[in-house]
Amino acid sequence: MNRWIPYIAKRLFYMALTLFIIITATFFLMNFLPGTPFNNQDRLSASQLEMLNKKYGFDQPLFSRYLNYLGNILHGDFGISLQFSDQKITTLLGQRMGPSIQLGLQAVLFGTVVGVFLGMIAAMHQNRGLDVFCSLFAITGRSVPNFVVAVLLQYLFAITLKWLPIGLWDEGFRSTILPTLALSISPMAESCRFIRTEMVEVLSSDYIELARAKGMSEIRIAFSHGLRNALIPLITVLGPMTVSLMTGSLVVENIFAVPGIGEQFTKSILSNDYYTIMAVTILFSALLVTVIFLTDILYQLIDPRVRVEGQA
Amino acid sequence: MIEAILRVNHLSVSFDTYAGTVRAVRDISFDLGPGETLALVGESGCGKSVTCRSVMGLLARNARVEAGEILFQGEDLLKKSNREMRAIRGGKIAMIFQDPMTSLDPTMKIGRQIAEAVTLHRKVSRGEAKRRVLELLQLVGIEEGEKRYHQYPHEFSGGQRQRIVIAIALAADPRILIADEPTTALDVTMQAQILDLMKDIQRKTGTSVIFITHDLGVVANVADRVAVMYAGRIVEIGTADEVFYDPRHPYTWGLLASMPTLATEDEKLYAIPGTPPTLIDPQPGDLFAPRNPYALEADKIAEPPLFPVSGTHFAATWLLDPRAPKIDPPEAIRRRARERGSL
Repeated sequence: MNRWIPYIAKRLFYMALTLFIIITATFFLMNFLPGTPFNNQDRLSASQLEMLNKKYGFDQPLFSRYLNYLGNILHGDFGISLQFSDQKITTLLGQRMGPSIQLGLQAVLFGTVVGVFLGMIAAMHQNRGLDVFCSLFAITGRSVPNFVVAVLLQYLFAITLKWLPIGLWDEGFRSTILPTLALSISPMAESCRFIRTEMVEVLSSDYIELARAKGMSEIRIAFSHGLRNALIPLITVLGPMTVSLMTGSLVVENIFAVPGIGEQFTKSILSNDYYTIMAVTILFSALLVTVIFLTDILYQLIDPRVRVEGQA
Repeated sequence: MIEAILRVNHLSVSFDTYAGTVRAVRDISFDLGPGETLALVGESGCGKSVTCRSVMGLLARNARVEAGEILFQGEDLLKKSNREMRAIRGGKIAMIFQDPMTSLDPTMKIGRQIAEAVTLHRKVSRGEAKRRVLELLQLVGIEEGEKRYHQYPHEFSGGQRQRIVIAIALAADPRILIADEPTTALDVTMQAQILDLMKDIQRKTGTSVIFITHDLGVVANVADRVAVMYAGRIVEIGTADEVFYDPRHPYTWGLLASMPTLATEDEKLYAIPGTPPTLIDPQPGDLFAPRNPYALEADKIAEPPLFPVSGTHFAATWLLDPRAPKIDPPEAIRRRARERGSL
């Protein structure tokens, strides 16, 4: 276990460095955005504007504001939202992160499991009926936007069959089913396509031939030798996909009236809500670097060839 | 004669490809006695691997067995169901592959890979399976089995991996071991070790072996009998002595002449001219004729049958027809026979 410690320490250091660079770059870039956080600015008098600037600290030089901001972040203070009557950003995002992350994880989990299964079936029936069916499904899933799927799902399950709520976030798990399904189409199609390609290659490799020569059945071969080897490259794609789903999909969240984070982000950019933009960006980046880090660890657990070696 | 354990009768196998039907194996017959080692020799693409894959029931999906039967202990393997073949594969007939670097699952501990082969064919407990694996590791000469059991393929050298592949093949005490160029991917010292190991194992277990190779040097070491294949046919078959020291087919002459011996001095090594024919719509007549300096008119018209030379030795060349002109084998072949006489 000791061999992991220097590796993890090194990785954590680089993660912190990455975040620092992202924070710095976003902070300065954001200040070049046209406009200010105050709407109706034209109608404000000079003294009113000066008062507002002073209240939010915009009268200080950019660089000292940057240092200030860094200091606050280290204390877990992400500032206040400029658009929602001075609410603290940590509380604001805290309320909205939950639904997005839950939907994202559910969608990735469901989508990947089904996608991997379909991809396996496709690979085992290469160039035959089932393969064509799975590939068609994958192509459709990749090309149809998820909001179209969302509306279709609503029509079918909420309006026609009346099985599930059409939207909102008030029936617990039942409310999450349709948005999860809509969001899961893309990871499902992606992993189906991916696993099929990998699996076709793995199934034609020598060690699979050896497994056949042992007298193993095709199904057992696919699960015990095929899947593990085909899954390894999927992990790489899966990480970033998970993050992008966890951080919320603006359109799907809107369609199902889910109080998620996706909507928040777009609104904050449109209204120059500096501190919310910063906070959401930091959140996204932190999630991404963490997931990439976890992916690498997972890689090493699954593939013995890339395990960290004790440095001799 | 002792009852053969495997008898292949008039086997023909074709592959359907976009370019046409490839007649990869054409009317092959041979048998394999208990404890015997038969070498299948020939250039790449001559059908030796396809023959063995037919025996294992491991042909590619676009392959078609056109005719023939493969009798294993009197039963035709070609008539067996998938399930029945699975019990035979690895259980009664096992196979060793060419490239040990790619034949093991890189993500599974080798102990489990060998144990799989044990438990597929025997109802044993985990503990018993592991004991059997350790026994097999010892048999194939891998030391510290207890520790090695938990290691992955990348922690072994090429030679060791081939030993593991052999251990997998031996897991269920097969009656027949098919070795598809097991030493080709190894360096020369490793080759010798693996060949010794295989001979040793065969002595201990009495398994019959089909040894596929393109290396006559290897054949001389291991084989009791030799079948020389060319363009999907067996062109000469006989005991190792007969094929090495009294070869009758011009293709066998060419193969032997292109093999360096201790007597070979600085002269240029002989190479058979031309390339093997395509097996899509093969031309009529003997397919070796275009490369054969001894080709007769008859070769262009019809494929020669296997003429008997002795009770165990057959060759498919019109030169053995009583009407054919008397032709002496090339000097290199006669020298080989003389040298043997003086040994």
